Amino acid sequence: MNNTSSRPLSPHLTVWRWGPHMVVSILHRATGVALSFAGLGILTWWLWALANGADSYAAFGKAAAHPLGLIVLIGLTWSFFQHLLSGIRHLVMDTGQGFELGVNKTMAILTIVGSLLLTALVWFYLLGGVK
Amino acid sequence: MSLGDSATPLGRARGLGSAHHGGEHWLTERVTSIALLLLGVWLIASLLLLPQLDQRTVLEWLRAPSAAIPMALLIVIGFKHALDGMKVVIDDYVHGPGNNFALNTLMLFLAVGAGALALFALARIAFGTVA
Repeated sequence: MNNTSSRPLSPHLTVWRWGPHMVVSILHRATGVALSFAGLGILTWWLWALANGADSYAAFGKAAAHPLGLIVLIGLTWSFFQHLLSGIRHLVMDTGQGFELGVNKTMAILTIVGSLLLTALVWFYLLGGVK
Repeated sequence: MSLGDSATPLGRARGLGSAHHGGEHWLTERVTSIALLLLGVWLIASLLLLPQLDQRTVLEWLRAPSAAIPMALLIVIGFKHALDGMKVVIDDYVHGPGNNFALNTLMLFLAVGAGALALFALARIAFGTVA
């Protein structure tokens, strides 16, 4: 990037000071990319395995239950909730609301707290012996 | 949007500018996001409510129209939303017209291809050709 001119810079990770709103903004993009590739990829693999018989589904189940597989699935669950809550925040901001510094920061923090809480609830329910 | 004084009255009324489009992508991304909010929560809630996640239980659930239809919607709308989102990311970071077109086209092929795989697997399940 050519930084020698005195023209104003557009928003950029290395230029702006980090804050909750900015973390949530870049997380929205990162989780969106993760959901696009890993999320939809695993959904497709899961459906394909379901349709393809017992061996195929067992192979999927084995990969999903592997520690690495669990990390990916838990990560995708969190990505989904983070992207969902952050998406709601964007829809609110699309109506022109929530731009006041305090409100904006609070909403940003709430998306992170909410996504972590929902992910913990889902996986506690799945792994915590409720099933 | 500002159209100069040279715009014809009809041009000003249409308010499209020289590109003649642009609003659809932005609006589609938001509309699909609302649909995915519902469908994503539906998928997670459904999986949590199933007594087990073995192949027989999942197939029995997914075979019914009450699950197969939302799953079909989730696949189509999910890949569409992922494609629209990836276009924003690619357009932000990949500026060369050749590379930009190549990457966006690759994403289109990936999304349509993987979406077709997922829909085909779902069709096999829903129309009962899976043992």
